[in-house]
Amino acid sequence: MLAKRIIPCLDIKDGQTVKGTNFVNLRTAGDPVELGKIYSENGADELVYLDITASHEGRKTFTQLVTRIAKEINIPFTVGGGINELSDVERLLNAGADKVSINSASLRTPSLIDDIAKHFGSQVCVVAIDAKCIDDTIHENGSPDIDGTWNCFMNGGRVNTGRDLFEWAKEVNDRGAGEILFTSMNHDGVKKGFANAALRRLSDTLTIPVIASGGAGTREHFHDTFKDGHSDAALAASVFHFGEISIPQLKSYLKEQGISVRL
Amino acid sequence: MRVAIIKYNAGNICSVVNAIERLGYEYVLTDDPNEIISADKVVFPGQGEASTTMSYLKEHGLDKVIVSLEQPVLGICIGMQLLCKHSEEYDTNCLGVFDVDVKRFSPISKDLKVPQMGWNTLTDCKSELFKGFTKSEYVYFIHSYYVPLCEDTIAVTDYVQQYSSALHKGNFYATQFHPEKSGDVGERILRNFLEI
Repeated sequence: MLAKRIIPCLDIKDGQTVKGTNFVNLRTAGDPVELGKIYSENGADELVYLDITASHEGRKTFTQLVTRIAKEINIPFTVGGGINELSDVERLLNAGADKVSINSASLRTPSLIDDIAKHFGSQVCVVAIDAKCIDDTIHENGSPDIDGTWNCFMNGGRVNTGRDLFEWAKEVNDRGAGEILFTSMNHDGVKKGFANAALRRLSDTLTIPVIASGGAGTREHFHDTFKDGHSDAALAASVFHFGEISIPQLKSYLKEQGISVRL
Repeated sequence: MRVAIIKYNAGNICSVVNAIERLGYEYVLTDDPNEIISADKVVFPGQGEASTTMSYLKEHGLDKVIVSLEQPVLGICIGMQLLCKHSEEYDTNCLGVFDVDVKRFSPISKDLKVPQMGWNTLTDCKSELFKGFTKSEYVYFIHSYYVPLCEDTIAVTDYVQQYSSALHKGNFYATQFHPEKSGDVGERILRNFLEI
């Protein structure tokens, strides 16, 4: 049976991981390759590396880092951040990335999705969508049940595009993306669980896999997003980086709960 | 021992190069027929679409080179599908080493997405490729088309229905999954192939 995937996300600035970690035995705590290796050995199913550097110089550093990751890590990894055109995609795939994640650029130029799918195949094209529910007054912020009208945001959540999440996700699906990485801005950082009501609507209407992002705080939250949110994969950052949840323990728990995971 | 990795217009070939380098084997990434023919082992990797990769192989005369090889050959993902007789993907005639046709997944329920993307298990493993396996292991798949069960099947995976996740016939071996992206299990499969 196809396993549900657990995906740690690493934010990279100037070639180093940004968020702190409590891996005490790590020689260079900030080295993204070493950190990725540890996650891989601990049973992460994939990795996401997000470049949050804006400068041209930083982007060059990131590409060199991708080359190193590809040489040393033997599980799939996605890279994202600052991808605006086909040449960025080509540069990162040539460096050895398995998939690229595009966000604002896809909202500005939706045909970029078609172009990536056509040139490199759907499987390399992950479209990240940051969205916010703008009209739920019943549920408190961070509740998995929040649902209603969702707007897509770009530029790191700063600009409301006014586009409806479900319409946009369907378009992304139909243009040939391979996966959707949905981050709920109502849930991100709140640690009360993933946006399962919205995830379920997405997953049940799309033909491509959906990765849940934003809201992980406990191992139960992962169980709930697979069971109630119908998510194909779940992504988290701080709960893994700070050692609040260990991936081997999380996976044995999920298995006990009847969720198919790779052990 | 020298390994030739076939260079053509499929994607993600460098991940196979990296994996073989990690295992410490001497290799060459090439589209030169002589280098391919004279290698001790040949890997035919890649990710991509059947008709454009098949036309490229024909234009470069690699179709005839590949089917004539006598040393152990390992096809990976689209490499495996191209070694079959025909693919439903743009109605493409393939190399015909394995006498079986490649079909598209047609899921009957909405929880089965296409492409299949992620880790799934291998069962009924019967080949030296899986030497040292003690249980059903997980490996990494990304594909929308599959090879049905046939007489050359050496591993079975279940998605939508049971299908061939690996094939073997004579000197030709093939895996639908990506051993180069399947962690330590995948590295063991690659090493097993390189040590045949």
